[in-house]
Amino acid sequence: MDPAPPQDPAHNAGQPDFIKEQSSEEFAELRHAHRSFAFPLTIAFVSWYLLYVLLSNYAGDFMGQQVVGNINVALVFGLLQFLSTFAIAWWYARHANAKLDPRASAIKARLEGKS
Amino acid sequence: MTDTLQLAAEGVSEHRPLIISLFGTFVLVTLGVTVWAGKQTKDANDFYAGGRQFSGFQNGLAISGDYMSAASFLGIAGAIALFGYDGFLYSIGFLVAWLVALLLVAEPLRNSGRFTMGDVLAYRMRQRPVRTAAGVSTIVVSIFYLLAQMAGAGVLVSLLLGITSEVGKILIVVLVGVVMILYVSIGGMKGTTWVQMIKAVLLIAGTLLITFLVLLKYDFNISALLGEAAENSGAGGAFLEPGLKYGIDATTKLDFISLGIALVLGTAGLPHILIRFYTVPTSQAARRSVNWAIGIIGGFYLMTIALGFGAAALLERTDIIKSNKAGNTAAPLLAQNIGGGPDSTGGAILLAVISAVAFATILAVVAGLTLASSSSFAHDLYANVIRKGQATQKEELSAARWATVGIGIVAVALGVFARDLNVAGLVALAFAVAASANLPTILYSLFWKRFTTQGALWSIYGGLVSSVFLVLFSPVVSGKESSMFPDVDFQWFPLENPGLVSIPLGFLLGWIGSLVSKEPVNKEKYAELEVRSLTGYGAH
Repeated sequence: MDPAPPQDPAHNAGQPDFIKEQSSEEFAELRHAHRSFAFPLTIAFVSWYLLYVLLSNYAGDFMGQQVVGNINVALVFGLLQFLSTFAIAWWYARHANAKLDPRASAIKARLEGKS
Repeated sequence: MTDTLQLAAEGVSEHRPLIISLFGTFVLVTLGVTVWAGKQTKDANDFYAGGRQFSGFQNGLAISGDYMSAASFLGIAGAIALFGYDGFLYSIGFLVAWLVALLLVAEPLRNSGRFTMGDVLAYRMRQRPVRTAAGVSTIVVSIFYLLAQMAGAGVLVSLLLGITSEVGKILIVVLVGVVMILYVSIGGMKGTTWVQMIKAVLLIAGTLLITFLVLLKYDFNISALLGEAAENSGAGGAFLEPGLKYGIDATTKLDFISLGIALVLGTAGLPHILIRFYTVPTSQAARRSVNWAIGIIGGFYLMTIALGFGAAALLERTDIIKSNKAGNTAAPLLAQNIGGGPDSTGGAILLAVISAVAFATILAVVAGLTLASSSSFAHDLYANVIRKGQATQKEELSAARWATVGIGIVAVALGVFARDLNVAGLVALAFAVAASANLPTILYSLFWKRFTTQGALWSIYGGLVSSVFLVLFSPVVSGKESSMFPDVDFQWFPLENPGLVSIPLGFLLGWIGSLVSKEPVNKEKYAELEVRSLTGYGAH
């Protein structure tokens, strides 16, 4: 059986001082690197998606315009949602590899060395 | 019985041995894998998390298997076939939703949780009340989702055996229940993960085949396919534009927004998806698995365009509706048509193949849902609430196996009704409940310092009760011909999807509940959660 589960508050003995760690400069950098990327991007893609939903609802004429043959703006808009999803997933993976993983593993290694 | 159905049933009856052997082979192979995985399942880590040794790609494939349910395969194809472009919203929402999971949830969850969604929801909070809430919410969301899958199973049986054969239908639903109980109780997460992977490959292969044949018929000219779909649908150009289903009046437009929000915010709150992140060793692997899943699922949803519009172009609209009012049989009927029609051997074979794939899809997803609910029952409710953390691992696993049987019985009971509801619409309800009850607490827990136990409870129960309550009084349940109970009318909430009201309510209640809470914030636990969730320190 594993040692005490993480939700057990009694297991803190021998554990690092998380409050001190949380206020350390390295951790602040890691948190900033995650939040400053993930939060605005989340707002951006949710807005972009809602724009698509709202245009579908209230801008029928615009969405119905034909682009090529029977392919209209609505379909192109839908396919762009696919494209932007793939692009954001790729972009986040690149960001995480370069900016998050090295910082996270440095802090983790330091904490493991301590305890 | 309708002509199409009769033809389908006749065409099938000649080839029924083929269908049975295809499906039987899938069941035998997957049960073999399950028994093999069961022999390696020794402790809770194996049963709940599959030993945490799957690779990012394997888990990505398994996530795709868990996610591409009967809703995606039967439901979306049917919704597009009947309502054209409006059905396509499902494909887009189901995919974009993965970005919420990728950017905000997957990695912190992997780093800080252990077996269930409740591990993370209750991390900073008083354990018993929040775990109880998380367990209840997990089970309710999973049962909504199960309802959709079993509706899909019922529909397939109707198509293959004829609507009159009630006994046959019940037998198949019972069979699905029994096999699923075996998968989960013997193989645990390890067995279930392999079943998901096998199913994902089969589903992708089957969909690729039909997509290829449809496109071949139109010389890979998508514009021509769309043109014929529009013409054959009887709606003309409007078929390719938004609004056929949701553009009727101001209420249906609100319903469209409600559905759109539920789809995009639901995924990251689905317990059976969240526990998949525990099957990989690190948060990096969790990230890779989401990226694989986005690629695989995105490719699949692109193909739903060909399936749905192909069905609209090649099948008669009246036949689709006669076979199933909600369009759930459009994909198998399309397979039959593209193989040469109801009288041909090719048509019968393709119908059999696609039906077997659809059964496999349902079986695998039902297993994933059952695993999520029984894990949560055993780990959150039984071990941590009822036994207050004093249960031995053996007792906990035994509780999980019994819960599997219990959930299986519920699933079978649900399989008997709800046949005329679109499967994708039903799953969207599960998404709305998940986004209302689970997502706010997940996000607040991970990212908001001032969140408290009271906030979590208000949010989970408020989101859960409001979403389920609104569904109960919506046209989904009563008052319309397509309702679950068409003969009674107690509906007053006009939207079919409650997300527009219940999701903001879930977020609002979590916020207010925390602000008015008398209990001080547990700063130590928040620091611990934040450091662990971002760095992976101490991850299981």
